[in-house]
Amino acid sequence: MCGIVGLYLKTSSLKDRLGAMFTPMLIEMTDRGPDSAGVAVYHAPASEGQVKITAFHPDPGFDWAALAEAVSSDLGVTIEHHANDTHHVLISGGEAEALEDAIEDYDPLLQVMSAGTTIEIYKETGLPEEVAEKFGLKDMKGSHAVGHTRMATESAVTTAGSHPFSTGLDLCLVHNGSLSNHNRLREHLATHRGIEFKTENDTEVAAAYVSDKMNAGRSLHEALEDSIKDLDGFYTFVVGTRDGFAVLRDPIACKPAVLAETDDYVAFASEYRALVDLPGIETAKVWEPEPAVVYSWGGRA
Amino acid sequence: MSDMNWSLRESHSFDRNTIAEIRRAAQTGLYRIRGFGAKRQIPTLDDLVFLGASMSRYPLEGYREKCDTSVTLGARYASKPIQLKIPITIAGMSFGSLSANAKEALGRGASEVGTSTTTGDGGMTPEERGHSTQLVYQYLPSRYGMNPDDVRKADAIEIVVGQGAKPGGGGMLLGQKITERVAEMRTLPEGIDQRSACRHPDWTGPDDLAIKILELREITKWEKPIYIKCGAARPYYDTALAVKAGADVVVMDGMQGGTAATQDVFIEHVGLPTLAAIPLAVQALKDLDMHRKVQLIVGGGIRSGADVAKALALGADAVSIGTAALIALGDNDPAFEEDYKKLGTRAGFWEDYQDGSDPAGITTQNPELAKRLDPVKAGRRLANYLRVLTLETQTLARANGKSHVHNMEPEDLAALSVEAAAMAGVPLAGTSWIPGQS
Amino acid sequence: MPLRDANARLQGDAKSAGAFFKVINPRGAHALACGLDSEIEVEVEGHTGYYCAGMNKLARVVIKGNAGQGVAENMMSGEVRVTGDVSQSAGATAHGGLLVVEGNAAARCGISLKGGDIVVKGNVGHMSMFMAQAGTLVVLGDAGDALGDSLYEAQIYVRGSADNLGADCVEKELREEHREKLRDLLGKAGCSDVDVSEFKRFGSARALYNFKPDNVDAY
Repeated sequence: MCGIVGLYLKTSSLKDRLGAMFTPMLIEMTDRGPDSAGVAVYHAPASEGQVKITAFHPDPGFDWAALAEAVSSDLGVTIEHHANDTHHVLISGGEAEALEDAIEDYDPLLQVMSAGTTIEIYKETGLPEEVAEKFGLKDMKGSHAVGHTRMATESAVTTAGSHPFSTGLDLCLVHNGSLSNHNRLREHLATHRGIEFKTENDTEVAAAYVSDKMNAGRSLHEALEDSIKDLDGFYTFVVGTRDGFAVLRDPIACKPAVLAETDDYVAFASEYRALVDLPGIETAKVWEPEPAVVYSWGGRA
Repeated sequence: MSDMNWSLRESHSFDRNTIAEIRRAAQTGLYRIRGFGAKRQIPTLDDLVFLGASMSRYPLEGYREKCDTSVTLGARYASKPIQLKIPITIAGMSFGSLSANAKEALGRGASEVGTSTTTGDGGMTPEERGHSTQLVYQYLPSRYGMNPDDVRKADAIEIVVGQGAKPGGGGMLLGQKITERVAEMRTLPEGIDQRSACRHPDWTGPDDLAIKILELREITKWEKPIYIKCGAARPYYDTALAVKAGADVVVMDGMQGGTAATQDVFIEHVGLPTLAAIPLAVQALKDLDMHRKVQLIVGGGIRSGADVAKALALGADAVSIGTAALIALGDNDPAFEEDYKKLGTRAGFWEDYQDGSDPAGITTQNPELAKRLDPVKAGRRLANYLRVLTLETQTLARANGKSHVHNMEPEDLAALSVEAAAMAGVPLAGTSWIPGQS
Repeated sequence: MPLRDANARLQGDAKSAGAFFKVINPRGAHALACGLDSEIEVEVEGHTGYYCAGMNKLARVVIKGNAGQGVAENMMSGEVRVTGDVSQSAGATAHGGLLVVEGNAAARCGISLKGGDIVVKGNVGHMSMFMAQAGTLVVLGDAGDALGDSLYEAQIYVRGSADNLGADCVEKELREEHREKLRDLLGKAGCSDVDVSEFKRFGSARALYNFKPDNVDAY
């Protein structure tokens, strides 16, 4: 049960202002989700042959340089890394999966938040404003961002249990609502599709479902269309990929959703009040997405 | 049974009740709808005992040393919280499901001993407002008769998410009881089988509920406590989310909770027993540091002062009674045995609250039957019963050395069965073992 | 200005009939102008959040913009007019009064309606008038899926398409008394130029009023 926001820039001229435009959207959704907050920001694509990983360690004194060195020598790659509070972005050659494993094997408290070429995910427990401040969200640049404020329903209030969830390269998903068939679907995806789940959260199952479909060759748009049939319950999803952005509501569509579009951007929020500070919102096309209709921009949609 | 052939062996799987139900289903093609609460055997508060005081703890002197029973409900945000003299409230039951006389009697009885009554799915009648010194107004998915004037006349507002008899299900009132007045209050045609929705029409989920609560507070100038009532489905999460959504009071109704008319399959097969629900709800409050700040009212199968005391010892702030209150008014009274027999049942077994033919004149809209209930006398019986519950609760509290009923603790209890020990989180009697806890 | 102060002003005692209030920069605030109970006029300039003008009585509220979920929910009397679109459950459970939506309404418009009138100049979303008991919905555009599901005695008029009716909702004859009602509502809504004969009328088939085994497929 939560607030969700997303911002997808259609013109590159606003790229430098992504964080500044996005931060107030996230903070405005505090009432809907005071337990934790998280964002996925897509920016600064790694160069050809490189992957970008965001990892989290709860200890502020954790020695990231030692980690980078150990993984570098293990895998025979060069790792460039920079800190952002409890999170670190590591850019390296090699295969994403091998890197993720090597990082998580190094210390049991390390968690990989995202992997890909463009995505970075930052999430923490606490009020959205504190989380945004901690990671310097308002100064971030990029092409699109997806954010979430969480009112935990059944699974734990932890950093790992915060949204967005990422289960595939450059893919992230946030969710407002409550799925009713996620346990059996989780079992299926884990047993038959080899997906490793990190939490008990229903949203992680939705994210895994979408990334599994996309790995099997479906586009983001198609994968979300598939989910209308396979995911039961109440949901509004916002999904980000390397260069795509999509929104879907379940067929009953009880959970709120507002989309706004101008020549410059597409913005999504659970409630209109999260959109009020966007430039040109007064003249934007503002509408409520239809139930069971996939809306997508960019990507392989 | 004098002509019983002792070699006949009744099937446990297909016993007489099962066979009767299969035959009924085959004849009608519709599921069984009835009133009352769960009838099958489940673990209850009876499976707990108080330890009492002797050498290591000192009891209070019965009847002399004071044992306080007062409860304040809703001081978290409301500027006018509810003050009760006793920790026992009357649960929501609608005019429509009950006769006007029965509603009046509930109001009279509760007011006499200083506690509150609650409206139901059907709006507020002037009679019940007039006879209840403290009236909780239920805010239900159907919104029958809902209007801002009555909201402002209420002393508290109870947003109903679910009830113990049917968590996840909507209400139902069959045509026999939709008389002209009931129909008018609910804006329905007379005589139809009325269905009530299971979800609210304009919000779904705790994040949206927080906004609904804001609206109700704005309409009532932040004066009135807001209760959230849930059936015991997932009591830990439901309590935590009610608190996060901004509730002043959480009402948790276990599966024994009664109903005016619900599918039998719901009554008997959905929801957790009250015994199991209380510790989960209390744990959620404790984890949020809200125990005793957001009050917990527990309902569902509360019958005696022992039930009240045990529920409080497990951490509830108050209990609510519905079925027990109706019995106190005169429901299932053997005085009407001949009428019960004519209906194919017996005093003590009557459960067809849905069909409006209640011989005791309580769960009916038939004016002839309703006249049988004298609201003054019935109200006095309810007041007497509430006094007994209170005296029994105090007696048990004093025996455990408590000068306020809220000072009873789980540590004052032991369980008589492994099941009850596990559900209540108290040790099995004679051991220090709580199953499931290391 | 905090919400409580704004609403306290609007709900306050010193209200002469026709007094005019303007709310600027609502910024999507929830529960704005709810619980009003006198003949005042309120103009809200900008988009509002959930439950704007909730439980309205007597007041006339104009929202110049879009309104969020449950606008004019449980209205008793008076009038609420929205110049833009409205989110789901607009006019839910309203007992009286008139709600006019100049744009589109999303899902569940007029859900559980108990006597109010709603005029939507655009389209309405799915499950509109679900379990509506009394009152009227007039849609100048198209109706979404499952229109009027489990309808009681409420009336629905649609000018555009209404291809997928809900359980127990059927098309009925549009008689002169209905044209009269339509003309009246359209006039109040400010669209008298619309030809009332272009509308179709929908109401309850009353087949679900009592539980019968024949209806099991509809439940």
